Amino acid sequence: MCLGVPGKITEIYEKDGLQMARVDFGAGVLRECCLAYIPEAKIGDWTVIHVGFALNLLSEEEAQETLALLQEIVDLGEELGSDVGSDSVIRHQ
Amino acid sequence: MTSFDFTNSFRDANLVRGVMDAIRRAVTRPWVLMEICGGQTHSIVRHGLDQLLPPEIELVHGPGCPVCVTPLEQIDRALVIASRPEVIFTSYGDMLRVPGSNQDLFSIRARGGDVRVVYSPLDAVKIARENPEKQVVFFAIGFETTAPPNVMAVQQARALGLKNFSVLVSHVRVPPAIQAILGSPSNRVQGFLLAGHVCSVMGYWEYPPLAEKYRVPMVVTGFEPLDLANGILETVKLLEAGKVEVANAYARLVTFQGNQPAQKLISEVFMDCDRAWRGIGIIPQSGWCLRPEYDDFNAEKRFDVADIVPKESPLCIAGQIMQGLKKPHDCPAFGTLCAPEHPLGATMVSSEGACAAYHKYGRVNHDRLD
Repeated sequence: MCLGVPGKITEIYEKDGLQMARVDFGAGVLRECCLAYIPEAKIGDWTVIHVGFALNLLSEEEAQETLALLQEIVDLGEELGSDVGSDSVIRHQ
Repeated sequence: MTSFDFTNSFRDANLVRGVMDAIRRAVTRPWVLMEICGGQTHSIVRHGLDQLLPPEIELVHGPGCPVCVTPLEQIDRALVIASRPEVIFTSYGDMLRVPGSNQDLFSIRARGGDVRVVYSPLDAVKIARENPEKQVVFFAIGFETTAPPNVMAVQQARALGLKNFSVLVSHVRVPPAIQAILGSPSNRVQGFLLAGHVCSVMGYWEYPPLAEKYRVPMVVTGFEPLDLANGILETVKLLEAGKVEVANAYARLVTFQGNQPAQKLISEVFMDCDRAWRGIGIIPQSGWCLRPEYDDFNAEKRFDVADIVPKESPLCIAGQIMQGLKKPHDCPAFGTLCAPEHPLGATMVSSEGACAAYHKYGRVNHDRLD
């Protein structure tokens, strides 16, 4: 139920008064999903689907940033053989 | 331009190993971390992440499997309703084999009851439209993640003027569960991994007061192996630095505020209520129930299901497992009297349950090789 899968929005349409989308999960898997909770979604956006609903958009920028910082942690670790308290990949509030 | 690979980028084995090394270097003493999400339990055990961690880190699995914590009374109510000839009972698939006091939904279906698995709650609304002479009931369970879909089904049924659709609600919320765990005198948990998809709906604004009150750092964490390793690393860094903070290691999906349209609709349709968690007991204000304005769609009002006295298996220790006090392989019935084909409790049934995960992925108790 919580294990949602990322997919790309390829089509947006209305059905029974709700905004719906065709979402492509790759490997030929396409599903109809409800976009009512992310009205700002556009074709080409990526989202995570739970029980047929998109609840948020995935941010490629944030994803790239997270990966880059993790790569840095891993590279520094290999070079120096110790954790030098590298930049965290977290967002504090 | 090729799309960013959201699916595989966070499964990179080299990065996972590298982050595990970083955890090893950061750790100076033992720490007990808890995750409270069935999806995370499953992912950790499936990818063997628990076995990659340094021995100082103990990862315990909290009551994060919504199927597992659905109280026995609600299962028994579902069984009573599903047995009625005029009812089409609809449910998420993993609820079908959860044992009630003396049977499950699957056996009701085997005896001729109309029990149907739906992928989305909107499918249940569709069934109601297509079967106006039947009563269609949807078993609306889950944590906060399934609440927006579940309330949208109620809203849609209302908008369509359906008279034959109702929901049996059994939602649970994470913050009160964390409060109950941390407030318990036997608590050993020092750091929390917060459920990423629950937070994608609710944000993580509910957690700083809890972190402060109990002096426990918490990190919003995703589900892929790299997400989990990252979340654990951040939690360990906070613990080692003595910092009490709520941080976000799943920033590509989760924001502090969360999805506000979803939260708004949830609060219009649901209200907080006390909820029994199977194996644990009542946690005050830990559930969501339908508001009185939605009585017309409340299966508990539509059907006579008030006098239910549930009876739990005496052998099942799921409650202790879900509170992180025992591991599945500590249970004498594990793998013998209790296995996925003949489960005694919900944690062995659900694909997100700790017992099912341990059984499937072969976790043994090395202290008890008998």
